[in-house]
Amino acid sequence: MTNDAQEAATMTVEQQLAADVAVVEAMPANEGFEPEIIVFACHYCAYAAADLAGSMRLQYPTNVRMIKLPCTGKLEVIHLLKAFEAGADGVYAAGCLEGECHYLKGNLWARKRIGHVKTLLEELGIDPKRVEMFNMSSAMGARFAETARGFTERIRKLGPNPVRPREGFDPAEAVRARMGDAALPDDSAAEVAGAEITAIIEEGLKT
Amino acid sequence: MITAERKPFDEIYAMTEGHDKVLVAGCDTCVAICLTGGEKEAEILASEIRIKAKEEGRELDVEHTAAIRQCEWEYLDMVADKVNEFPLVLSMGCGIGIQSMAEKFAPKQVMPAVNTNMLGMPQEHAVWLERCVACGECVIGETAGICPVVRCSKSLMNGPCGGSHAGLCEVVGPEGEETECAWALIWERLKAQGREDLMLANRAPKNWSKSSSGGPRKMVKEEAKPA
Repeated sequence: MTNDAQEAATMTVEQQLAADVAVVEAMPANEGFEPEIIVFACHYCAYAAADLAGSMRLQYPTNVRMIKLPCTGKLEVIHLLKAFEAGADGVYAAGCLEGECHYLKGNLWARKRIGHVKTLLEELGIDPKRVEMFNMSSAMGARFAETARGFTERIRKLGPNPVRPREGFDPAEAVRARMGDAALPDDSAAEVAGAEITAIIEEGLKT
Repeated sequence: MITAERKPFDEIYAMTEGHDKVLVAGCDTCVAICLTGGEKEAEILASEIRIKAKEEGRELDVEHTAAIRQCEWEYLDMVADKVNEFPLVLSMGCGIGIQSMAEKFAPKQVMPAVNTNMLGMPQEHAVWLERCVACGECVIGETAGICPVVRCSKSLMNGPCGGSHAGLCEVVGPEGEETECAWALIWERLKAQGREDLMLANRAPKNWSKSSSGGPRKMVKEEAKPA
């Protein structure tokens, strides 16, 4: 089977994203935001696909950080939650094409677990579109790059993970903007007491 | 085995209100086997609570632990040091485990993170069916090993009601799932055993005083008590 035939035989990234596309597209572009994305990649397929994408000189965003697994079936619910807890803006698993798992069903388990994490995130008020499962073979370098681009774009539009204080958010600057220079005589928000300032900082950390 | 289901997250999270340190305590026996409250699930719940607290910008120290069995004093001793660090414990044990912790560590606040729901049999992976209500007076010797108390929707003791049709009960589950008529099953199995005459036996009304209706039950084995 040629690469092209393989690509055609499976759902494209666009199709996978289609369910969410209306919601995501309606969102503002959010160009200034660089999301941090964790990818749990299977040794037998996605990891090799990433390698191939590199050999093919295909561009994909540097936002994705990969963690290699022997199989996506190794992925536990807690691993995904820990990634969000640590401040990842988006997380996805990339496993073998369905029916082609090296360990037979690992990728199907991963898909179920990711579905479960989606319900957990929903309970927590975090958009479940921040976690996803993708499938690809080791020959699909182009698909790996396309997935990384598509998912990064999705997370860029969804904005930062509400759990993580943002890089570039300067508490002192936020307080100064809201209350004027007089509020911060010594340029340090930490030394200025008062519930109002705390509230501004907390609000800033959340946005 | 005792089975339980986790409470909705919002209900659990509301229990942490006013606290800044919370311990999620799993139990590695029955609730671990039914994939609800073992160490793995305790870690997941602790992580969820931390994420929610961070989202709200709230300072909340959440850790997890698990006792091998929450319903035995000796196993609670093994987690006592950890438990004592926390003013609030969210227990994922069954009702017995939660109460054991609350008694062992009284007056510490021990809250239930699960709803204990039944004595179930794992029919297949991740599916449990209710098989016993601990009624205190077992009758399944006369009913071909099928409990009419728990498997008949009306707990009838003398054959099926008029709602039994083609082996199915008129009562359907909340999502429309069908229930087998216990008395149809009993009839089929008695036939296979050649004991159909037992269908005609007249069983007296059940003595519920031997069940929870008779007040809290207590079992003592004198012969096994320490000398």
